[in-house]
Amino acid sequence: MTYLITQTLNGLFSAALLFLIASGLTLAFGVMKIVNIAHGSFYMLGVYVAYTVVLRTGSLLLGAIVAILVVASVGFVMQRFFLRRFGSDPLAQMMMTMGFALMFRDGALMIWGGDPFTLQYPDLLRGSLEAGEVVFPLYRLFVIFVAALVGLGLWMVNDHTLVGARLRATVDDPEMASATGINVALLSGLVFAAGAGLAAFGGVMGGPILGGYAGIDFDLLPLAFVVVIIGGMGSLKGALIGSIVVGMIDNFGKALVPELSYFTLFAPMVIVLALKPTGLYGRA
Amino acid sequence: MAEPSPRAATGFGTLGGWRLGLVIVLGLVFSVGPLVASTYWVGLLTQMVILAMLAMSLDILLGYTGLPSLGHAAFFGVAAYGVAVLATGYGAGFWVCFLGGILIGTLLAAAFGLIVSHVRDVYFLMITLALGMVLWGLSYRWIPVTGGDNGISGIPNLLAHAGLPFEGGVPFYYVTLLVFTVCALVMRLIVRSPFGLTLRGIRENEGRMKSLGFNTWLHCYVSYVISGAFASVAGVVWAYYNGFVSPTYLDLTASSELFLMVTLGGPATLIGPVLGATAIVLLKNVMSAYTARWLFVLGVVYIAAILGAPRGVWNLGRRRSG
Repeated sequence: MTYLITQTLNGLFSAALLFLIASGLTLAFGVMKIVNIAHGSFYMLGVYVAYTVVLRTGSLLLGAIVAILVVASVGFVMQRFFLRRFGSDPLAQMMMTMGFALMFRDGALMIWGGDPFTLQYPDLLRGSLEAGEVVFPLYRLFVIFVAALVGLGLWMVNDHTLVGARLRATVDDPEMASATGINVALLSGLVFAAGAGLAAFGGVMGGPILGGYAGIDFDLLPLAFVVVIIGGMGSLKGALIGSIVVGMIDNFGKALVPELSYFTLFAPMVIVLALKPTGLYGRA
Repeated sequence: MAEPSPRAATGFGTLGGWRLGLVIVLGLVFSVGPLVASTYWVGLLTQMVILAMLAMSLDILLGYTGLPSLGHAAFFGVAAYGVAVLATGYGAGFWVCFLGGILIGTLLAAAFGLIVSHVRDVYFLMITLALGMVLWGLSYRWIPVTGGDNGISGIPNLLAHAGLPFEGGVPFYYVTLLVFTVCALVMRLIVRSPFGLTLRGIRENEGRMKSLGFNTWLHCYVSYVISGAFASVAGVVWAYYNGFVSPTYLDLTASSELFLMVTLGGPATLIGPVLGATAIVLLKNVMSAYTARWLFVLGVVYIAAILGAPRGVWNLGRRRSG
């Protein structure tokens, strides 16, 4: 029982990180139909930037803020100057993001070197929570909590603000949205930047546990894609459900049959695709 | 189905100008080059020919059917693993390895095809990517069978394994070239057949093909399996060429490099992918001799290719055809 609870909490922690990454991916897909191969790179850049800031200032909070701002700007520039001109060609966009992913990977190696590292735990969140026999690190609980807050915030923005209404309109039908006066180009840039920032934030949150290394970008990318495929492309709610499903399965899979990790994701993906090709909450 | 000239679309039909020159130069290099080149260059030429075969197989799917697969390296890699496991684990003979490798890759394509054949466009892209990465994960973690990160080494030499009375790089090259030529001709036959024209029709307007009575699902499925089968052939030859397999054969970078070869060369031309494969292998090896920042350069090439030749080098200065 203790084992079950601990593993479930671990699974929720993975789900929290995955949600931070996948929510941006799925929104960018919803608005721009873009398959962003560089999305894992945003996560990676987030950890590296935060690492630099934490080394200088010792503050994880400051690191998180700088990482989000820097990576969101990188995302905005990428969308504005490179991706936007191929708005109608998803393949060209995908190739473009692939090129950026490789450049980011090698650029990170160039700037930060190849040594893996982990971010420092914030002092407040060191130690663990004990409830009976279950001992669980405080920091992981904190990340789950923060991701839940982010999810709540995204839902509020999406469902209860004017920007959210414009966003939903654009996801539904970009041409009609544009005809009603919504600045789709600007909105796309902002969504892409926000997604990049969220992934970077995920990187900072995961930093003390997963750390940073060259290659973490492509390690996480397939998980994020499976989340989006299961949940339905373009749906925030789908990203949430998908993250929990994938986080749990990945975690229990790794604990029970380590040699089949990744492969354990195959079954849920195939089942969902067979029953509902557009994912749980996706629309064709 | 208004198809003015199927010949023009395959790329072989309207040769002229620099394209003709390029084909002659490449033909010369690939036919007699190995006789005069050093061992290093024979190795590179072999790589080019195998990867050209692989890129062509993806072109059937990507260029002709319009299904962008980002997991195509999986079939290549699984077939290579098939050969490696059969040869080193079970001590199987040449024909068992050769046919076994192709069969494993093709069966895999037949299974994956069932999952992906009803999705299109970016959805296809994303799902094939995920499927490819699932297999990569398997090759990486299923250590008892695949050796994990270390891969499997000790695949016997093709010529000795097949009992041919030659040895060395040059005879191996010509065996590879023979396999390539046979595959290329069969693929050319396929894309020019009524079946191939139907695939192109599906790419242009699936709804119309459906209403004309074509079973578009089945056509996409068969196209996917054919493409996987040829990729498997390339994988088998590559396993023999390298004598070693590792998870990097089927990771995302491999699949997207393949994608780059096709889009850089010119999709739906069959000869474009050959150009693309040649260019990438050349660039990769020449660049890595000069700089450790090869990955960065490749990233720039991706972006430059899309900005400079969005429909591929072979189609430069050409109106959209086929």
